[in-house]
Amino acid sequence: MNQPVRVKTLKIDGRDVSGREDETILEVARQNGIFIPTLCNLEGLTPIGACRLCLVEIKGVSRLLPACVTRVEEGMEVYTQSERLQKYRRMVLELLFSERNHICSVCVVNGHCELQSMAQILGMTHVSVPYRFPRLPVDASHERFVVDHNRCILCTRCVRVCDEIEGAHTWDVMGRGIDSRVITDLNQPWGESETCTSCGKCVNVCPTGALFEKGKPVSERLKKRQFLPYLTMMREERR
Amino acid sequence: MTPEELRKLAESQEEARPEPRHRIKICVAAGCLSAGSDRVREALQNEITQRRLEGECEVKGVGCLGLCTAGPLMLVEPDGVMYQNVTETDAADIVQSLGKKPVERLVCPADMSFFTKQYKIVLENSGVIDPEKIEDYIARDGYTALARVLEDMSPQDVIDEITRSGLRGRGGAGYPTGLKWSTVAKAGGSRKFVICNADEGDPGAFMDRSVLESDPHRVLEGMAIAAYAVGASQGYLYVRAEYPLAVKRLRTAIRQAERLGLLGNNICGTTFSFHVDIRLGAGAFVCGEETALIASIEGKRGQPRPRPPYPAEYGLWGYPTLINNVETFANVAPIIRNGGDWFASIGTEKSKGTKVFALAGRVKNTGLIEVPMGITLREIIFDIGGGIPDGHQFKAVQTGGPSGGCIPEQYLDMPVDYESLAKVGSIMGSGGMIVMDETSCMVDVAKFFMDFCVSESCGKCVPCRVGTAQMYHLLDKITSGQATMDDLALLEELCDMVKYTSLCGLGQTAPNPVLSTLQYFRDEYIAHIVDKQCPAGVCQMRH
Ligand SMILES: Cc1cc2nc3c(=O)[nH]c(=O)nc-3n(C[C@H](O)[C@H](O)[C@H](O)COP(=O)(O)O)c2cc1C
Ligand code: SF4
Ligand code: SF4
Ligand code: FES
Repeated sequence: MNQPVRVKTLKIDGRDVSGREDETILEVARQNGIFIPTLCNLEGLTPIGACRLCLVEIKGVSRLLPACVTRVEEGMEVYTQSERLQKYRRMVLELLFSERNHICSVCVVNGHCELQSMAQILGMTHVSVPYRFPRLPVDASHERFVVDHNRCILCTRCVRVCDEIEGAHTWDVMGRGIDSRVITDLNQPWGESETCTSCGKCVNVCPTGALFEKGKPVSERLKKRQFLPYLTMMREERR
Repeated sequence: MTPEELRKLAESQEEARPEPRHRIKICVAAGCLSAGSDRVREALQNEITQRRLEGECEVKGVGCLGLCTAGPLMLVEPDGVMYQNVTETDAADIVQSLGKKPVERLVCPADMSFFTKQYKIVLENSGVIDPEKIEDYIARDGYTALARVLEDMSPQDVIDEITRSGLRGRGGAGYPTGLKWSTVAKAGGSRKFVICNADEGDPGAFMDRSVLESDPHRVLEGMAIAAYAVGASQGYLYVRAEYPLAVKRLRTAIRQAERLGLLGNNICGTTFSFHVDIRLGAGAFVCGEETALIASIEGKRGQPRPRPPYPAEYGLWGYPTLINNVETFANVAPIIRNGGDWFASIGTEKSKGTKVFALAGRVKNTGLIEVPMGITLREIIFDIGGGIPDGHQFKAVQTGGPSGGCIPEQYLDMPVDYESLAKVGSIMGSGGMIVMDETSCMVDVAKFFMDFCVSESCGKCVPCRVGTAQMYHLLDKITSGQATMDDLALLEELCDMVKYTSLCGLGQTAPNPVLSTLQYFRDEYIAHIVDKQCPAGVCQMRH
């Protein structure tokens, strides 16, 4: 028998809203048209709380909490837009832009990159930390796809979609800290991967130009993600 | 094994082995071992064999005797003499002197404040028993707490006793142990786990290693009592692989306890069963963070995940899990034996009992110490530590490792407890304590810890992964005379941002060494930036 679903009422930015007990602050905010910026999160994949863009303030809680993984609770008072949060979010973006070599003007997804558009939305006008300019490789060994580590923001969407949806687990992360890097199989060239099914899901979920399909004009490099919520829904139905 | 049988076993142990006239206890913990105590032990044994004194004199390897700087250390009984800096060539003199006048040149004065100002609970057996003999532990009331718990106490009674004691987690954060146990006990479900966190990754810290190497059964007994209280039947000891001696002694200890029915199925003939397995960590600092540790045991990449849910509710493989530090578990059996009120009578209002510290840096006596909470920093550094050597001046003391801060002279008379340390911008941490004199540059110290955080960051979240690298870069600019005041302002902004936005404790505390040195030694930062010089003469300026 199904457990009865409990509904919680809470306030987000002063507005009264309600959500199911298993929903996150981010989900409930979106249902109510309240915008909370995100990067690592993608509907249909397990949220991991890694990019920290979605941090919100909760009355009575001293820590800032990521909206993408924090469940709603009765009586919660959530604030999503304080000046402090906006400053931190801009700094997260500045750190990301400084980490690798993001040169938008020559990027394959210029104009439809989530990192770029997030910078516009959040009003990040300059990068105050020094650029690190690391030397990073590009792997074009796959017959259809390319991974350009210069543009990777380590959101691990590719890792999660490949593991959770495709079931291939071709992608993983190697190294730690500032030296972390996504890899295919045991750090082999992508083209030699034995597990990759060439389904292209990773390319479609990648928020930046780090993963792209060869030989397509920039205008056609829109990422298609509608398949994710659909697949998730169908899986849950069957459970 | 019933408590009655346990007592009998302890007594028969005493009788079976006729007391030798002389007993030499030599420290075989890692510090003295690396100073050659195993060779000394062999030389002593040879000497005794040659003189045909086997029946009269016993040489016994024991755990840490504390004053690691002066190792190898040994204690001669019943004379009660302690020898320091012993070498193989001293063996003949020592054996010859047994029962007579001690060998003057080797004597370590036992009335030193190093010994008298300490209070031993966690280390009570350290240096007394042979860590590879369960009988030794039992002869010192070992496993009587577990037997008592199983015979007379309900799980709730145990939790009440721990709560009454006021014990707080010794792994760093100081979370009330009784509260944590009761949360896990209340969590539903039939499967629960108990984990002992022995990852000890702070640079220079070796408190937990010493406990495991000197008295492994104490930790196992604490875990078993915890398992009974929260309703778990499987435990894991997560030990870093760099501690092979601790691992070996733990393996031996688990085997011995299982043989006597003190671990395994139907412990002490009751329905309570508890199995303990060892898991080795690959030496990543972040794997000491509880959610990363759990991921690592599950065979995944050792990365933290956001909390809540806390492990108490959703831990190993999704089951409620109790995770405590080695030293926390080591306090459990004495609390049960002597009562929570006894433990609560030691220490300050909010910090009870004792704390083990690894005293290091610019003090005369470095080593492992156990002191009552509430002792002052001055007593630790000047009485126990013997002050600063070579006529140098005290400058600061660093506690809490890469997550802590530097405390200046004006707070030396402050009591050592969780709240006081936090108030001055440091933390109790797991017990690292590094004393610095005027030859240390505080900016350089901050840079050292930031470097550590950069290489130990797991890389999952942006503020810690990129923020620590950027902060390190700025500190490097400052220490090489290349920075401007704008760089300092940026550094302070990054400290604030990384502290409040990072996912786990590593990132959240990584700015602490910078923040505390900025708070108390800002003039040193300014000297590097404006005057382009390092007041301590440590940093090389690049022009
Ligand atoms: C980066 C990081 C490293 C840690 N390392 C350790 C460690 O080596 N040993 C330990 O006991 N706790 C460590 N902790 C604390 C654990 O997460 C956890 O709080 C502790 O094991 C709980 O035990 P306690 O309540 O007995 O202190 C660490 C925490 C962080 C954030
Ligand atoms: S390659 Fe793309 S999807 Fe994968 S971690 Fe990097 S930015 Fe994210
Ligand atoms: S704070 Fe650092 S160690 Fe912790 S999750 Fe983030 S990157 Fe990993
Ligand atoms: S979207 Fe929540 S942390 Fe990235």
